[in-house]
Amino acid sequence: MTVRVPAAKHANSLALVSMAAVLAAVAVACGPSYFEIPIETPIRAKMDVSPFQRVLVAGFVAGGTDDVDTNLETVRLLRSQLRSKSSLRVIDADVMPLVEIAKDQSRPAGEASEGSAAGGPDGGGNAPRASGDATALPTVIREERDLEPYERLFANTAYWKAIGEEFQNPLIVTGTVLFAPKTSNTIVQRDQEVFDSFGRRRTVPQRTFMERKGFRLHPKFVFIDGRTGTTIYSEGYIEEILYPAQQNTPALSSYFELMDRLVPNFLSALSSQKIRGTRVLLN
Amino acid sequence: MALRIAACVAVVVLSAAPASADARTDAKEQVAFGISVAQRGLWREAIYRWERAIEIDPTYAAAFNDLAIGYEHEGQLDKARKAYEKALELEPDNFQIRQNFELFKEINDRQSSGSETRQ
Repeated sequence: MTVRVPAAKHANSLALVSMAAVLAAVAVACGPSYFEIPIETPIRAKMDVSPFQRVLVAGFVAGGTDDVDTNLETVRLLRSQLRSKSSLRVIDADVMPLVEIAKDQSRPAGEASEGSAAGGPDGGGNAPRASGDATALPTVIREERDLEPYERLFANTAYWKAIGEEFQNPLIVTGTVLFAPKTSNTIVQRDQEVFDSFGRRRTVPQRTFMERKGFRLHPKFVFIDGRTGTTIYSEGYIEEILYPAQQNTPALSSYFELMDRLVPNFLSALSSQKIRGTRVLLN
Repeated sequence: MALRIAACVAVVVLSAAPASADARTDAKEQVAFGISVAQRGLWREAIYRWERAIEIDPTYAAAFNDLAIGYEHEGQLDKARKAYEKALELEPDNFQIRQNFELFKEINDRQSSGSETRQ
């Protein structure tokens, strides 16, 4: 005995079957096939430092705040990083007061202070001068534009060559560092907890005006060939950090926090590195 | 009538996987093999497989994504960028490809920042 299935019912089951086939095909084609995989990206050094065995972190034209001796701290930090993370031998020398040196160089030759400690790294005062550019240098460095006139110090090849000769032709690291306070007033949205008359809890977004304080770090690293006094490479970075206004964070710890972000970039200029990360492979 | 429509749907769907489906299936096999060897650290073999996959099916975004990761791991950053860009061109809304590319750019920007004043 055969039972006749009504045509409409038969069509429905066929439609269901074909839908299932479509879904299966889609599931096979677009299955959740992804795999997290750790990778190590090799980053080549940005500069060829093979001609150098030694590195002199000379000093920086620094400013922005009086709370931190930015020149001294930057030299100390970079020297310690280079000692542990590069193959170059780090020269221990007095930190050069580059602001004073630049000012000394910008004075006409006759006005040079005799026996000025600003002449060279050892306070010799007999280093070559910049060629007759007497543009006044700002006495206090508070912002980027105050640093600009100091840039010509790095173009004084005769001066850097003399420094190079004194330290047996190392790679010289110098530059400018601005570490300045920063404030920011912004509207911040926060969820506020409220209870209604039945004691039920809910959160309501509330916009509040918030004053935040922090610091901005803007270093420019200049790498000079100590054999010729010429700039090989330079790079600049900007980082900032902001805290709630009532939070009292010492300037020095903010400085180190910001430098911590930049040090890998600085090191990658001198030595090859492997950056670890994770990516998603798809199938 | 409904029967005919259902039959048509089935025919269209099943035959909508034309020659390109074969290519995609072959490419998928290459990609899957590439993934399995990459997971064992054999990145060069993986790259070879993924390169084969994009030859077989040049519209396969996942293969370009994986190839980009392989190039990245080998430090071939220019090739990696091109492969990521192609993957995103094929699937602009793929979140995972986009995320991989963003992470790549973070490293690549670090590599290319600064200004070399002497060659």
